[in-house]
Amino acid sequence: MDITQQPDHLPMRPYRSKSRTDFRYKALSYLCLMLIGMTMIVPFTWMISTSFKPKPETRRANFFPQEATTENYAYVMTETELPRWYLNSIIVAVMSTVSVAFFDTLAGYVFAKYQFPGKKIIFIMFLSSLMVPTEMLVIPWFIMSVHPPIGPTWVDTYWGIAFPGLITATGVFLMRQFMQGVPDELLDAGRIDGVSEFGLFWRIAVPLSLPAIGALCIFNFLGNWNAFIWPLIATSAKEMMTLPVGLQFFSSENGSDWHLIMTGASLSVIPLLIIVIIFQRYIIEGITLTGLKG
Amino acid sequence: MADMIVGEQKANRTETQPGLFHLTLTRRKVMWAYIFLAIPIIFFLYIRIYPTLFAFQMSLYDWNPLAAEQHFVGLENYQTLVEELSSDKSVTRAAFVNTWHYVIIGMPLQLVLSLLIALMLNEIRALQTIFRLTFFLPFVTSTIAVSWVFRWLYQPQIGLLNVMLKAFSLPQQPFLRSPDQALYSILAVIIWQGLGFGVIIFLAGLKQIPRTYYEAAEVDGASRCQTFWNITLPLLNPTIVYLVVLQSISFLRTFAQVLAMSNQGDGGPLNSTTTVVLRVYREAFQRLNMGYASTLTITLFAIILIVTIVQLRLTTRSTE
Repeated sequence: MDITQQPDHLPMRPYRSKSRTDFRYKALSYLCLMLIGMTMIVPFTWMISTSFKPKPETRRANFFPQEATTENYAYVMTETELPRWYLNSIIVAVMSTVSVAFFDTLAGYVFAKYQFPGKKIIFIMFLSSLMVPTEMLVIPWFIMSVHPPIGPTWVDTYWGIAFPGLITATGVFLMRQFMQGVPDELLDAGRIDGVSEFGLFWRIAVPLSLPAIGALCIFNFLGNWNAFIWPLIATSAKEMMTLPVGLQFFSSENGSDWHLIMTGASLSVIPLLIIVIIFQRYIIEGITLTGLKG
Repeated sequence: MADMIVGEQKANRTETQPGLFHLTLTRRKVMWAYIFLAIPIIFFLYIRIYPTLFAFQMSLYDWNPLAAEQHFVGLENYQTLVEELSSDKSVTRAAFVNTWHYVIIGMPLQLVLSLLIALMLNEIRALQTIFRLTFFLPFVTSTIAVSWVFRWLYQPQIGLLNVMLKAFSLPQQPFLRSPDQALYSILAVIIWQGLGFGVIIFLAGLKQIPRTYYEAAEVDGASRCQTFWNITLPLLNPTIVYLVVLQSISFLRTFAQVLAMSNQGDGGPLNSTTTVVLRVYREAFQRLNMGYASTLTITLFAIILIVTIVQLRLTTRSTE
């Protein structure tokens, strides 16, 4: 409406020059991104390339191995505990992810949909645990694992590796945010129909928050898969190590056998990278969600 | 008078049967809330709160896990810490100084780089997903694997970086073998790996800035620089504060990279790369000096707490 009253020079603004600088910025962006992207990719490709080289060839800097061999892979898969470490990592990550998916969702649901005395204090107690870094807790956890309240030692057991991560404050907070969007009318209608309180959670709230639960699961799985300091402390037997701990152990043992170390690294990294590439959209969404709101 | 009120209340109660039902429903809901929360409450009390208090307790003891009895030493561990921090030659002092370097160099560099990448990604349409994925992959890769790959790249003579230096006839660099370069070599890896996280958070922040602001700026003939300084940067402020805190904390906790990239995982050469957490690990689990190690973790906790409180102050001010 006011366009006619704008200063004369405005509509005359040279759109072409604007689009030309736009183009220049775009080209520059692509160039820079390409260069930085290269530095992101090269270490991975170099790792893979080295893993196919026989030992003498690691001293030469050719990218494509002249005598490509899969012997390194055969060696690492049969002569080391790597398959076992894989299994351990999967067991621990699945165990904690299932627990987190259930308990974080349930706790988030209760904080979002129930009124009860002490709610605020309990919620603050949960959240305050975010302030305490893992590093401060690993020593007490270790003492607790050596002398557990009941039963034999937790050191070198799956439970011992997984227990600190079975419920997470970030997850509870995230699910509370999400559960607030579940309509009360739906829950009350369920109540009138005689659905049990757990049934309301399981059959109404959970199906409505599957996307958030999915993001939480992926995020938690990744976190557990790469967790290092506690699994390092909680395991001493070779056959109980998780993948990162095992890789650290194996690599320090094989000092200068870079072809083997890179094979171990490739084996531990590539399957996860494939999964990440497939699920990248959800993972990035999950990180944005937990990142921005945590 | 009092009788009348009681009588009235009684009458009310008998009259409103549904209210009575409602009361029991509320009670039932409260009961179920506690039942649902029972396991999480026990978990947080026993796995989070109790160990936190336990760490404080341990810091007051000369705690050795192999000893039959632990000796209460009061604030002796804290005294040792202060003494070590004030002596030039101590490893603990080196650990704190190095950690400070990791934070004060690493955090701003990572922040600026990830902002630049996010701005460039925001500029382009085609291939955006692929580029985003490229920057993101290192972030989801195991730190230990990444560290060993870079340790291999940093090798003298046969490592890719020195091979490339040779190709450009530049002098060979010792990287991880030199007390002067090792910290920066490790820092580069940490920044490299963490870039993707910053990029994703910045991209999300950039998406939240309303398009109309940019259109208005364009109409007013603002240059790109002006738009960036006057619109993008101020509106990204909450994102920046958030990332500053998160990245500072993560640099304060640097551990795995140093363990994997220094020889024998000792934070060498000459303690030039050692960090507070590495020091905690070695004190507690190699020298079994858990009381002193707890003192170190509590110091770390205090620093993290201060960083977080400063963030809360800053963010509440910026939203006012």
